[in-house]
Amino acid sequence: MAAPTSKLDPIHQFELLPIIPQIGLTQSSLYMLAAVGLISLAAWAAMRSSSLVPGRLQSVVEMSYEFIANTVRQSAGDEGMRFFPLVFSLFTFVLVLNLLGMVPYGFTVTSHIIITFALAMIVMTTVVVYGFMRHGTHFLGLFVPSGVPGYIMPLVVLIEVISFLSRPISLSVRLFANMLAGHIALKIFAGFVASLLAAGFVGILSPLPLALAVALTALEFLVAFLQAYVFTILTCIYLNDAIHPGH
Amino acid sequence: MNGNDSRRDRQEASGAATGGDLSGRLQRLGAKLEARRPAPPPSPAQRASSSDPSGLARAFRASSEFIAGVIVGGGLGWAFDKGLGTSPWGLIVFLLLGFAAGVYNVLRSAGLPAPTARVGDVAKPD
Repeated sequence: MAAPTSKLDPIHQFELLPIIPQIGLTQSSLYMLAAVGLISLAAWAAMRSSSLVPGRLQSVVEMSYEFIANTVRQSAGDEGMRFFPLVFSLFTFVLVLNLLGMVPYGFTVTSHIIITFALAMIVMTTVVVYGFMRHGTHFLGLFVPSGVPGYIMPLVVLIEVISFLSRPISLSVRLFANMLAGHIALKIFAGFVASLLAAGFVGILSPLPLALAVALTALEFLVAFLQAYVFTILTCIYLNDAIHPGH
Repeated sequence: MNGNDSRRDRQEASGAATGGDLSGRLQRLGAKLEARRPAPPPSPAQRASSSDPSGLARAFRASSEFIAGVIVGGGLGWAFDKGLGTSPWGLIVFLLLGFAAGVYNVLRSAGLPAPTARVGDVAKPD
């Protein structure tokens, strides 16, 4: 009657499956390698015959360059352009991983918090290392806002430090939670269709969750783009703090 | 990176056709591109708020900023208690501080001029 429970289990899709256990290669690592390969291939193929009037692929690659370059310039200034390679890599990596997760039977790498947390820590490590390299101890001025009366200064500094420490958490949790929740919701509603069809007469209601699943798929595509973009813009804002630590 | 390369390639291609000094042309092109770029918004706070794409993204951002503040505050307090054996005071104090940091994060993510408009420099706009 009903499909095996593992097929209807909405969490099942996030299970890591070892492909080559000897070197710890799972399907997650495979998807990441595939994403890097896809991005490199697209960039290479687009720029192989770079023409003045761009073709479709070249147009996409150039537009993504312009888009990220504008984002970096707007949030971190012209000086932020030195971090452009980092920001562009992060954006394309997250975006392609999100979109690969939308392929049916695909695996969403960004729905694992350790991946998003590692990405966030790359950003925060860059911010801290570059901030100290460039400004020395002046970088700590980030935690000391100007114009605060002395007697509440310790409190404000403490709050600023906690606020700074919360950045990698909020950066990683946002991306991870969005992808996880979206894919669980999608799977649940898709599962309703199967269960209703298997339940006999009530199966007449099955178009309802089907319509919802279709709508959710569209929403998930939006979220895939949006979260990649939000990750990028916040990266730029944090990098801006490393470049200009004073408030 | 790729866009830069392609631009340079194009530049080279057209430069080869008409002749002329490559670096000078590159510089002129750079200046022209610079002039066509729209002026950046004045303050970082405005930049932050204007660069958010939609209400959905802003909502997600605000909620996660707040939750992260509370989580980090709680975690710090817990570690503090664990290390110094001051349970439960560390957790209480740091949880409250984390709450404050969360609210502060949300204010900042909403682009409010919270860090700039302070007691003492009311007259200063930014």
